Amino acid sequence: MTAETLVELKDLQVHFPILRGVLVDRVVGHVKAVDGVSLSIPRGSTYGLVGESGCGKTTLGRALLRLVEPTGGTAVFDGVDLTALGSNAMRTMRRRLQMIFQDPLSSLDPRQNIESILTEGLATHGIGADRAARRALVGETLDAVGLPRWALSRYPHEFSGGQRQRIGIARALVLSPDLIVADEPVSALDVSIQAQVLNLLATLQADRGLTYLVIAHDLAVVRHICDTVGVMYLGALVEQAPSAELYTRPLHPYTRALLSAVPVPDPDVEDRRERILLTGDLPSPANPPSGCRFRTRCPWARERCAQERPELRTLAAGHTVACHFAEELE
Amino acid sequence: MALLEVEDLGVTFRGDREVRAVDGVSFTVDAGEVTGLVGESGCGKSVTSLALIGLLPKQNTRRVRVDGRALFDGLDLLRADTRTLRDIRGREIAMIFQDPLSSLNPVVPIGVQVAEVLVRHRGVSKAEAQRRAAQLLDRVGIPDPNRRLKEYPHQLSGGMRQRALIAMAVACRPRLLIADEPTTALDVTIQAQILELLKELVREDGTAMIMITHDLGVVAGLCDRVNVLYAGRVVESAARRPLFAEPVHPYTIGLLNSIPRLDAGQGARLTPIRGSVRDVLPWSQGCAFAPRCDRAVEECLAGPPEITGDPHSFRCVNPGVGVDLEEVR
Ligand SMILES: Nc1ncnc2c1ncn2[C@@H]1O[C@H](COP(=O)(O)OP(=O)(O)OP(=O)(O)O)[C@@H](O)[C@H]1O
Ligand SMILES: Nc1ncnc2c1ncn2[C@@H]1O[C@H](COP(=O)(O)OP(=O)(O)OP(=O)(O)O)[C@@H](O)[C@H]1O
Ligand SMILES: [Mg+2]
Ligand SMILES: [Mg+2]
Repeated sequence: MTAETLVELKDLQVHFPILRGVLVDRVVGHVKAVDGVSLSIPRGSTYGLVGESGCGKTTLGRALLRLVEPTGGTAVFDGVDLTALGSNAMRTMRRRLQMIFQDPLSSLDPRQNIESILTEGLATHGIGADRAARRALVGETLDAVGLPRWALSRYPHEFSGGQRQRIGIARALVLSPDLIVADEPVSALDVSIQAQVLNLLATLQADRGLTYLVIAHDLAVVRHICDTVGVMYLGALVEQAPSAELYTRPLHPYTRALLSAVPVPDPDVEDRRERILLTGDLPSPANPPSGCRFRTRCPWARERCAQERPELRTLAAGHTVACHFAEELE
Repeated sequence: MALLEVEDLGVTFRGDREVRAVDGVSFTVDAGEVTGLVGESGCGKSVTSLALIGLLPKQNTRRVRVDGRALFDGLDLLRADTRTLRDIRGREIAMIFQDPLSSLNPVVPIGVQVAEVLVRHRGVSKAEAQRRAAQLLDRVGIPDPNRRLKEYPHQLSGGMRQRALIAMAVACRPRLLIADEPTTALDVTIQAQILELLKELVREDGTAMIMITHDLGVVAGLCDRVNVLYAGRVVESAARRPLFAEPVHPYTIGLLNSIPRLDAGQGARLTPIRGSVRDVLPWSQGCAFAPRCDRAVEECLAGPPEITGDPHSFRCVNPGVGVDLEEVR
């Protein structure tokens, strides 16, 4: 089965200018938040993007929806290059690409009741013949995310964190999008609630054939819900593989360090495991290291790593890695 | 006798509405041992630790009532006068918070802040304190400590700041270290470094530690004894291995079943706990967890359940038999 591709990013770039100046700002450099990312997401699947704080995950997701403007590369969605669309065409297109956010409370207007939050997008996009039709659609969506109908007349602060995240999901879902970009959808939630939301996302995908781009720093969460996982470091992908494969056979030193650092709720595993402790911190994306960006923290770095930036190479079916020495380290 | 013995600690906030944030919590901490307090947001972890060292906002006013006992080497911290407490804090008991920025002074260089602790509590000279501060930064893994000493908190990364805070906390070789979510704001690779550092401190200095976290993975790797809190009470308490191998309280079991694990079979559906922490019953009427509990029976609503069992204790009238973790894998 060859699945149809819904999203295809080619060499996507987002460079933010760094401005300095007393009277007139001048550009003194660029933060290379996303620096040449290529990936594709088959329709109906879930792609997970992981990496440490500041590596560019959110910026990538926002660039795909053109909530920030890409400074290079292309983002093709269902055959249409979004980066070439005019703003009107993009606004129309946006119904099909929705985003849900980490902190549901700050992304919901506290003065709007739930009904108004959910019908706002419908009105913007002219969905639903009349008020009754919209109400019906909103009601169905509430059912789908497991919220009671009486929620409609309430306000965001009257709900718990997990319920608020359901409201955020409902707001995206009511527009019948093809793609949902979920930026840290559960990281602000209590542990016991995270599973409710993760299960809901899975059910909705099964029922509606949704495609997800899930951005998360929690590798266990990503592994649980994603078909393919991409690991980002300083604005670029360093490894990409089918989820099961990435976790059983990580090839990039960074992926290996990342996996070895995740605490597992099992004393036996914790006592036995070997940690690859990285030294130092993430370098600044305004001034990334030469050659391989990970080399300054890589326990296996050699001379070549400082000179030559490793390209993503395919080492197994669907498994690509950007490391000169991946084979040797295995 | 353990270094710290907390008995029936209770904290009530009085406002328009009384909030019993901590409701009869007991646990002990021994030297060279890590005791974990684990539970979800709002269950009373931070309030417990702040009450112990007298740092609750308005702790000594009528707005806050603290009851119970907390014997630190025989001295009841809850009844100690302000001066005694101030003396103990920083020298014998030190605390590390989740957000290092808010616990560091933004306009004072890191080195001065670390040195100050030594001058205040150990009475060493300023020059000597500076020298020791550099050693401390080095010990917590801050590269180029002599340069870093002159820097301000905002010039350090999150991981570095947390290290600086740990350096301050251990400057006087405290006997008890209280760490409240010390790694929650950090990336996993940095978290791994910090946890390693804390383990080393406990091992090498024989420091006693209270580790507050919501992450059962962190607990599994670090804590000798674990107390699971729900709505201000300890609902299960056991040594680390039995707690994970044979959890008996439905809440603990529920937590373990609801977290995705890195080493679990993929795609398996998670079993969430239904409802949310908002669906609580006051303990006075029965088990606070009953409204969310799959094993709830009528007796759960018959009054507050007692905690039973030693050394593996739990507060439940219809305990589970524990998850078979082999099967989950
Ligand atoms: N509008 C902006 N202007 C300038 N720099 C920005 C802007 N937005 C993001 N950045 C920078 O781009 C880099 C990537 O940020 P981004 O928010 O995408 O990271 P992230 O991977 O989502 O991190 P986190 O896990 O913390 O959410 C960071 O260095 C950030 O400071
Ligand atoms: N000053 C205060 N006045 C009134 N209620 C308070 C006060 N401080 C805390 N509380 C309440 O006490 C309860 C316990 O709070 P605490 O901060 O100890 O939770 P926690 O377990 O540390 O949660 P988290 O994981 O979110 O840090 C909460 O319900 C909180 O709302
Ligand atoms: Mg982000
Ligand atoms: Mg807290």
